[in-house]
Order: sequence, then structure tokens, then C-alpha cells
Amino acid sequence: MNDQAIIVKDLVKKFGSFVANDHLNFEVSPGEIFGFLGANGAGKTTAIRILSGLSKPTSGTVIVAGFDVYRHTEQIKKNIGYMCQKFSLYEDLTVKENIVLYGGIYGMSRNLIRERLGNLLEKLRFREYENRIIGDLPLGLRQKLAFSVAVLHEPKIVFLDEPTGGVDPITRRQFWEMIYETAERGITVFVTTHYMDEAEYCDRISIMNDGKIVALDTPGNLKRQYDAESVEDVFIKIARPG
Amino acid sequence: MMSIIESSEIFKSFGKTKALNDISFSVDESEIFGFIGPDGAGKTTLFRIITTLLLPDEGCMKVFGKDSVKDYREIRKNIGYMPGRFSLYQDLTVEENLNFYATVFGTTVRENYDLISDIYSHIEPFRKRLAGQLSGGMKQKLALSCALIHKPGLLVLDEPTTGVDAVSRSEFWEMLSKLRRHKITILVSTPYMDEAMRCDKVALIQEGRILAIDTPARIRDGFTRKLFTVKSSSKYKLLNVLRKFPDTLTAYPFGDSVHVTFVNDKINDTFNSFLEKEGINDAVTGESEAGIEDRFLELMERDDK
Repeated sequence: MNDQAIIVKDLVKKFGSFVANDHLNFEVSPGEIFGFLGANGAGKTTAIRILSGLSKPTSGTVIVAGFDVYRHTEQIKKNIGYMCQKFSLYEDLTVKENIVLYGGIYGMSRNLIRERLGNLLEKLRFREYENRIIGDLPLGLRQKLAFSVAVLHEPKIVFLDEPTGGVDPITRRQFWEMIYETAERGITVFVTTHYMDEAEYCDRISIMNDGKIVALDTPGNLKRQYDAESVEDVFIKIARPG
Repeated sequence: MMSIIESSEIFKSFGKTKALNDISFSVDESEIFGFIGPDGAGKTTLFRIITTLLLPDEGCMKVFGKDSVKDYREIRKNIGYMPGRFSLYQDLTVEENLNFYATVFGTTVRENYDLISDIYSHIEPFRKRLAGQLSGGMKQKLALSCALIHKPGLLVLDEPTTGVDAVSRSEFWEMLSKLRRHKITILVSTPYMDEAMRCDKVALIQEGRILAIDTPARIRDGFTRKLFTVKSSSKYKLLNVLRKFPDTLTAYPFGDSVHVTFVNDKINDTFNSFLEKEGINDAVTGESEAGIEDRFLELMERDDK
């Protein structure tokens, strides 16, 4: 019995004659922070859409949170959280209304929603914002709240697609502390970013190029393997042709 | 030498929100001047005032020595503006877009081709393709070509590299450096701190106010404390332990290590035994030069107090 959070074997996804994902192979453990890197157009978004049950592979095996993406997409959706770079909360609802709405969508009981709402407002020191409209909040606060909402139902895996784009350097670091804390609770974090220093915060990273995974290891091992000072150097050596 | 941009005490509010709060700076000819700051800092509002698309509430903005309110027509002729959102005509081809922009500014593609050839040559093989069907990187190159085709004295680029991968970002900055020899002044904004070092001068901006303005090297060297780095395989635990250490002033994760400052700028004798007692047995400690992001964090903290 393989109890990995994500299992991907020979995943292929084609759009017509274009191969967006070309035989991807990787596994992600429970509680691991997995960085999914690659140049624009390398095929990351295609893969994330498949892993989150929004799109079916052309061929290959994909098991997410123990469920098969061909047959059990509804189960997968209940067991994952998702947050993307574009804001995912409703701007004209208040903080509280957003949390109650998402709790309802996740099928949580009223009592559980009330309890998590309280914890969340306490933890983020968000009490004073409870009844504020999301659109009026600074970006950094919104992103932290969006992340908290993405894990409101304690999913097995949370997918974060460029969660810190455009965020100031202090908030960016606070955001990563929330990621660390989430991973310590056993939730798997699957994250994409264009900030190469953030890639160093991951337990392991993969780097995609032209639909293929061309490197996959811990940041430390990759730096040794490519004789590079930083993950950015590794990335440039791999992704810059010639 | 004449300043290309001279901003004096600019204020701009939207309702209760103070988007720009007393912004003064000047940009010299042929300089690459960067505004570095997060989303919502006021960068786009400021750029819209400079490009004469928005009126300031207070203060005076001069571009090429001309007033941005009274002489906006003359200023517009000599500015190339690339907004943050792709805003070319998606249903025209690459070539048609470029010709259109050249014609609007009363010139031809041939006349200024040498200016854009470095950039445009990458997309020229696709000149019959609709702009809407280009990849992100190609759109960016086309937008830059269109902004340059009338040989403007000032190029204004609003977050040209946001959401762009590290390799393409680096290539984009190489293109900008090459434009220097054509005596084009470049004003650029970015949320990426590492790009600051590519500018001749930068302003760090946060919540509508300029926190610092200087050459990137001098801003970086303004860091007031001695900076230490600590590494351990248990990164999150290390961070929490460092924050508990009584002499720690600040502890921020930076890549594979934590940047730390201490009271009296030195590591207390009890430091190593403290780490070990808290369960960190593999810590490697060293001293480090501050980077511009360290300085930005320092300025932001001071701003909070």
C-alpha cells in the first residue's frame, strides 16, 4: 500500500499534437513542501489542473490523496485546497462572509465553521477585520486569508499557484511561515513560484522544461549536482537553452 | 544636465486611500530608474501621472522640463509607455500592431528599426500571427517594440516582469541595458527586489511613500546592523528557536538560511548552547553582507513603529 499524498506515473497530456506534459513521474509525501518550478509555458498549470481533478490526463496514472483522477475527481476535490495568484475570495463580501461561504461549499457543519472562524480570526489577529469587505483590505492580508480559507477544511493537500506574487517582502516571509506551519500539521503543500529564494524553502523541488521534469531533488542536492550557488543558478543552467 | 523627470511633492488620493503621499524625485538622462515595491504601493498611480494620464491632487510633475498638466500633448509625443496589462490590439497581427503604433506617432518601422531590431528579431518570424495568440514572452517583446518604435526620450515600463520566470526576467533586463546606448531614459517598476541591482538608481516605495532613494549599492550599504546567517536542516524550527533567543533583534528566512541581527551586533557566548538545548544540533553560523532586500526589510520595520 502506497500512502503517498500524490503519485504520478508516466503522466501525458496532449492538446492536439502539442504535448503539454510529457511522461511526468514523481511522488509527494504527506506533510512535504513540494516546489513545482518551471519557465512560463513549461506545462505547470496543465499538470496542476490534472492533479486537482479539473482536467483528465491523456494517459498515465495519477493518484491524489489516495483517489484516482480518472474515476474519483469529486473525492479529490473534497480532499484538496487550492489558491492561485489571482485573488480567490469574493471582494464584495466581508471576511466572515467569505469564510462561512467557503465552509458551506466544503460541506462543513455550522458548528465546525464557527469554531474554525474563531480560531482563524484569532491566529491571524484578524478580529478587527471580521466585518470588513475583502476589497478594502491590503493585498498581504488578503493573501494570508485566502491561504487560510484554502485549508479551512483541513485538506490532505493544498495547491498554491504563485501565492506570493506582488506581495511585500515581510508579508512574503509571514506567508511562508504559514506554509511551514501547515506542513507541520501533516498537510502536503504543492507550490509554484517565480521567486527562486522561495524555492529554497521547499523540502524538494522539481523543475519543468518543455513539458518534461528535468530535475527533481532537494534544493541542496540540486545545487551540488549543478555546481550552483543558488536555486536561481540551477534554474538558469537548466532552463536557458545553450 | 537636465532632469528627464522632476517630481515635486506629488499627492494623490482615491477617496480615503492616499495612493501617493509627498513623492519627490528626479531622473537623469539615460538612467535606468527603478521603483521597487509591492502591489498597492502606488507605482502604477505614479506612472500614470508621469505619462499624463492622471492629474495629481497636489504637487508638480515635470517631464522633459514640461508641466504634466499644461503641456501634456508635448510630453506624450516623446513617451513610450508599456502598461502592466497587455494592451495591444489582440485582433491585429504582430506586424499590424507595430505599423499602427509607428503611424500614430508619425514615423515608420523602417526609420527606427535599428532601435528595436534586437528585441523584434525574436518575434519577426511570427509577424503574421495575431497578437492575441502569442505566448507571454512574445507579447512582452512586441509590447516593448511598440513602445519604442517612435524613439521616445522616456520609456515607462509598469511591472514588465511580473509573473515572468527567472530566465525570461534576466533576458528582459539584458534588453533594457542595451537600450542605454540609444540615450533612452527608462523608468521601470517591479516587485522583485533582486531586479533593483540592475537599475542605476532605485526608489523603495511602500504605501504611497518613498522609503529610500539612491543607487542600489548605497541603499544596500545603508543597512545599519551587522548581519549574520544561520543554516540548519530543520529550517522552520531554526527560525522559531532564533526568535526565542533573547539577544535576537530580527530573524528572516532568506533562501537556504536565516538572516539574523543581534543586540550589540555580536553573537552572545550562550548562542550555540541555546540552539542545542532547543534541539538544533547542525547549525552553521556565519557573517554576511546585507543585500538590498535586507535593507528594505529594515526600512519597513522602522516604518511600522
